[in-house]
Amino acid sequence: MMSSNPVFRVTTKILFAPIIVYGLYVQFHGDFGPGGGFQAGVIIAAAFILYGLVFGMVALRKLAPPRIVALFMAIGVMIYGGVGVVSLLNGGNYLDYNALDHHDPAHGQHLGILLVELGVGVTVTSVMMVLFFAFAGYGDPKAEDDGGQG
Amino acid sequence: MLDLIASHWNYLIVVVLMLIGLYIVMSRQNLVKKLVGLSIFQTALFLFYITLGRIDGGTAPIINPDVDYVYSNPLPHVLILTAIVVGVATTALGLALTLRINDAFGSIEEDEILAAKAEDGLIEEKKS
Amino acid sequence: MIMTNIPGLIVVVPLLSAVIVALMPSGGVAWVLTLLATIATFALTVINATTGDGATVSYALGGWPPPWGIEFISDGASRLMALIISFLSVASTLYANVLIKKEIHEKDQARVYGAWLLTIGGLLGLVMTGDAFNLFVFLEISSLASVTLVAMGAGVDRRALIAGYNYLVIGAIGATFYVIGVGFCYAVTGTLNMADLAVRLPGATAAPVFVGLAFMVAGIMVKAAAFPVHMWLPAAYGYAPSAVSSLLAAIATKASIYVLARVVFTIFGGLPDVTDLLLNWVILPLSVMAMFAGTILAIYEHDLKKLLAQSSIAQIGYITLAFAIGTTSSISAGFIHMANHAMIKGGLFMAVGALMVTIGKRVTMSSIEGLGRAMPWTCSAMLVCGLSLIGLPLTAGFISKIYLVLATLDAGMNVITGLILLSSALSVLYLWKIVEVMWMRPYKGKALAENILIYGPLWLVAIANIVFGIYAKPIVDLADAAARAITGGAL
Repeated sequence: MMSSNPVFRVTTKILFAPIIVYGLYVQFHGDFGPGGGFQAGVIIAAAFILYGLVFGMVALRKLAPPRIVALFMAIGVMIYGGVGVVSLLNGGNYLDYNALDHHDPAHGQHLGILLVELGVGVTVTSVMMVLFFAFAGYGDPKAEDDGGQG
Repeated sequence: MLDLIASHWNYLIVVVLMLIGLYIVMSRQNLVKKLVGLSIFQTALFLFYITLGRIDGGTAPIINPDVDYVYSNPLPHVLILTAIVVGVATTALGLALTLRINDAFGSIEEDEILAAKAEDGLIEEKKS
Repeated sequence: MIMTNIPGLIVVVPLLSAVIVALMPSGGVAWVLTLLATIATFALTVINATTGDGATVSYALGGWPPPWGIEFISDGASRLMALIISFLSVASTLYANVLIKKEIHEKDQARVYGAWLLTIGGLLGLVMTGDAFNLFVFLEISSLASVTLVAMGAGVDRRALIAGYNYLVIGAIGATFYVIGVGFCYAVTGTLNMADLAVRLPGATAAPVFVGLAFMVAGIMVKAAAFPVHMWLPAAYGYAPSAVSSLLAAIATKASIYVLARVVFTIFGGLPDVTDLLLNWVILPLSVMAMFAGTILAIYEHDLKKLLAQSSIAQIGYITLAFAIGTTSSISAGFIHMANHAMIKGGLFMAVGALMVTIGKRVTMSSIEGLGRAMPWTCSAMLVCGLSLIGLPLTAGFISKIYLVLATLDAGMNVITGLILLSSALSVLYLWKIVEVMWMRPYKGKALAENILIYGPLWLVAIANIVFGIYAKPIVDLADAAARAITGGAL
């Protein structure tokens, strides 16, 4: 198993947190540079997948329980849809960010994009991780994923 | 003729990649290889859009408020982000189906699957 | 707030409900929520179709006005299509409860309903949108969700997996072709909004416009199962779970044919010589071939679900033929047939699903012997829908055939009229085969119980066939408005 190799083990433990920090940087700098929800989601998921590759699926399932991760998929979509619904309730069209802040529409736009990209980032991270669980843990009878496989 | 190729070389690469992708989908028996071909085909599409957006002498479409640049068109980049995500979802779904087909038929080569399919396809007379 | 935002809500309600439904712990709760969501969507589409003075309403998503932003258009055509999709989705959801419980594993049921709502929401977005690239996004949402639904049939018959895989690969190629076409149009005009494209395309350089049209139509024909790129349809509808077959057969291909009409008549409406070339030399001959190929293959088919799928190909041929002729009356006839065929095929697939679940094995010509006496309610509803399929008077199918024949005679195409009547006559052959085996042979099995939860929605659709066959005015009026809206009143 890869965790018996000290280079892999130590490198993964050192890199895990910086990868996630970099992912968050990409997420929040989508306004000013290349980035945004999709890219950040994949980077953050890559950190978890690296952990799973090196330390094994059992350790990864303890770190990130599959049921919780699957729940986050839905939460991300609901954040995105919820921003649109809040715009509707405030009197604008669906996903009209100007309606999020009546006094300062520019601030509303900023807030809207931030929340929407957050939703996208959460969903993409969860989807990538669920895909990894599904493919890497396929056919494993001990795997209690979100009840999908087996 | 040669200067047509020289000035439009990016579109020629798009065409070549597209045809390679389509050929792989059609000719390869292995289900995973078909998905790889589909991926290459979609990548050619992404290249097509991005190269459409490039403006001569334009720089990356990220606003720098201090200097007055000519920017390339940012809209194709956004469209392709969406298309890439669609492509990822398609590939993931295709691979999941391939895993299940392997479980059910015992192989992922199309000719072997067709041979297995020709026998009785029903795994059991289902619960009623 | 609801009234002004209806075009957006029609798409948002199913999509957001899909996420909530997929999280539900049990199939029963998921079904109730799905039913509520589809009924709410149906109510919204009815309000959309009946209020207002029939003018085109444009709903700007995100507050950005077109052509910079994405807009949803609610004109005659999209109102009719949204009505068809939501009505058939309510009927299919009512029918799906018992069948999903019988054919799909308990722990997967909630997520199947999630994919169900995603398909419906994606198709509704497809018909409401006024932006060419947004159409691709919704097309792929609905396609990927329907591939998942088709592949769920693997619990009963493992060939559903191959059918799903083929549907996925062929569908993805079709959608990618469509996007290539959009790319060409975007390259020469700089806009993606459909109305804006219609204004700018006539003045743009000719060669990319022609290539763009070709790619877009080729891609959409793959999705719409037009002959000869229809090969994915018989297997996909044949092996999918019964509830899924009835949902997809009723609405999925219709939405793609609607996209074809939008592309040819709205986006490229200002280039009649180019589109005439396409319609008369490509779509017209292929539609005629589809009519005959589908009917003849159906006559030789033993498995009933595949037979219905082959006959769907022929019916899709009728609709594309109506659009290919290109006059306002023929486009209106095409819309009428879209609405009626959704009811006919939805009903027929529901009936076959009911038979399959009750007799416990695949419904083939040999396994339905004498079932007419053993399951009278289900089989008589199937007979009503079958008579509607061949176009007997007093049924919905007759209305659409009459309008189609009148439109082709109007356009002076007598040969085409003859071919339509000939293929209708041929379709009597396969219907007669089914009727003969079901009623005229003795029944040799054990007694069968009919579940009212299954044949209730089936009879709802069968009665709708008869009602709209006698009182066809609402559908005809909506179809006329749709034809005028989609051609922009030009023809």
